[in-house]
Amino acid sequence: MGIAERVKSIVVEQLGVDEEEVKTEASFTEDLGADSLDIVELVMAFEEEFGIEIPDEEAEKIATVRDAIDYIEAHKQEA
Amino acid sequence: MSKRRVVVTGLGIVSPVGSQLEAAWDNIKAGRSGINRISADLFDASAFAVQIAGNVKGFEATNYIKSKDLKKMDTFIHYGIGAGIDAFKDSGLEVTEANAERIGVLVGSGIGGLETIERNYEAFLNGGPRKISPFFVPSSIINMVAGNLSIMLGLKGPNMSIVSACASATHSIGDAARMIVYGDVDAMLAGGAEMGSTPLGIGGFAAARALSTRNDAPEAASRPWDKDRDGFVLGDGAGILMLEEYEHAKARGARIYCELIGYGMSSDAYHMTSPSESGEGAARCMRNALRDAGINAEQVDYINAHGTSTPAGDKAETQAVKAALGDYAYKVAVSSTKSMTGHLLGAAGGVEAVFSVLAIRDQVLPPTINLDTPDPECDLDYVPNVARETKVDIAMSNSFGFGGTNGTLIFKRI
Repeated sequence: MGIAERVKSIVVEQLGVDEEEVKTEASFTEDLGADSLDIVELVMAFEEEFGIEIPDEEAEKIATVRDAIDYIEAHKQEA
Repeated sequence: MSKRRVVVTGLGIVSPVGSQLEAAWDNIKAGRSGINRISADLFDASAFAVQIAGNVKGFEATNYIKSKDLKKMDTFIHYGIGAGIDAFKDSGLEVTEANAERIGVLVGSGIGGLETIERNYEAFLNGGPRKISPFFVPSSIINMVAGNLSIMLGLKGPNMSIVSACASATHSIGDAARMIVYGDVDAMLAGGAEMGSTPLGIGGFAAARALSTRNDAPEAASRPWDKDRDGFVLGDGAGILMLEEYEHAKARGARIYCELIGYGMSSDAYHMTSPSESGEGAARCMRNALRDAGINAEQVDYINAHGTSTPAGDKAETQAVKAALGDYAYKVAVSSTKSMTGHLLGAAGGVEAVFSVLAIRDQVLPPTINLDTPDPECDLDYVPNVARETKVDIAMSNSFGFGGTNGTLIFKRI
């Protein structure tokens, strides 16, 4: 599974939304019903899945599914 | 102006004997135990001296809570929400813009989200502070049963919890009733919720030598007033009542189960965990409730006892009933539904209030099971082993907790 698919699958799992709702442009708060605590937990799940650490100041900029994919693609250590 | 009266118009229960009101009550009347060996799904109890508990049966959290929200709440909150919503629906009360501020919720717990505390501490030890969940605090603190019920049902009146160990639910019901009498509100959801059968919960009470170690016969482990009792059995669940001002309930044509006529409190001022000598504190508590109800001891038909199955507690409560009721103590029926549910700690007074109310509704006394050989020092009528059909106009329910805290409720048929 590619990074985009893995990100979307985590979003489905964490936010309890349907897969088709998780479009690349979707905003976590505007479109997927997340609150500030949901986003903190979502970021923790990304860190766990991809073995990275996302600093708080970077995490604050992750507002959409695309933001998450872009950040992870840029920072993931290739295994 | 005459005093505002408080009636019970809704009941909800999540318990080791079932999580549907009538099914749970049928099990109680039939004398069926809800005590089980702790399943490995819950945790591996093999290294523990105590491997039994009254775990909840027949409860589906997703019937009440969206699955994505489940992980934001400890299990005790799931139970409290289940019982709270059932009690609310059972009452038929509808929340409107006009009445929302006149309806509140007061649900206590003895311990709160122990399982969540354990899990987050483990995550912290394994991965450091960044592994602590952002939901750790709101998913574990005690007042979040009340908080979530308020949000889900739109209740805009008082929203709080009482923490008084094993008397939490009884005090919550009593204090909620006072809010109605005082005029702050017209209706309150009130009771308690608990999920104590976690490694630290079982381990902690076992370390205090409070629990039965009858691991080979779980259903016989909770045996109040029996000579061979060896401690209580931890139970999980929730019991919640919809309390309502009498005229308010009548005006909307509500089904009224009974009236809550008396509430008593007291403290032993004696010891952290042991009952006071001769049950002196408990006796004062019952007397206070009788005075509040304005009735004589001889009018009490039934006492749903605290009756936890500990050697000291059962004896002290027996002495307390004698001190509070005098010679009439030998005529009143006393039973412990904990013989079937185990001890639900901060939820105990909630499920026992439910059973006391149903005893009045159906004119039947729940039995004390496993009472095979009564302790000679426990010589009251404990309704041994078989339910009894009889007149039940007035029922008293006792709860006593660590810290020497006591609470008594008195319900009356209308």
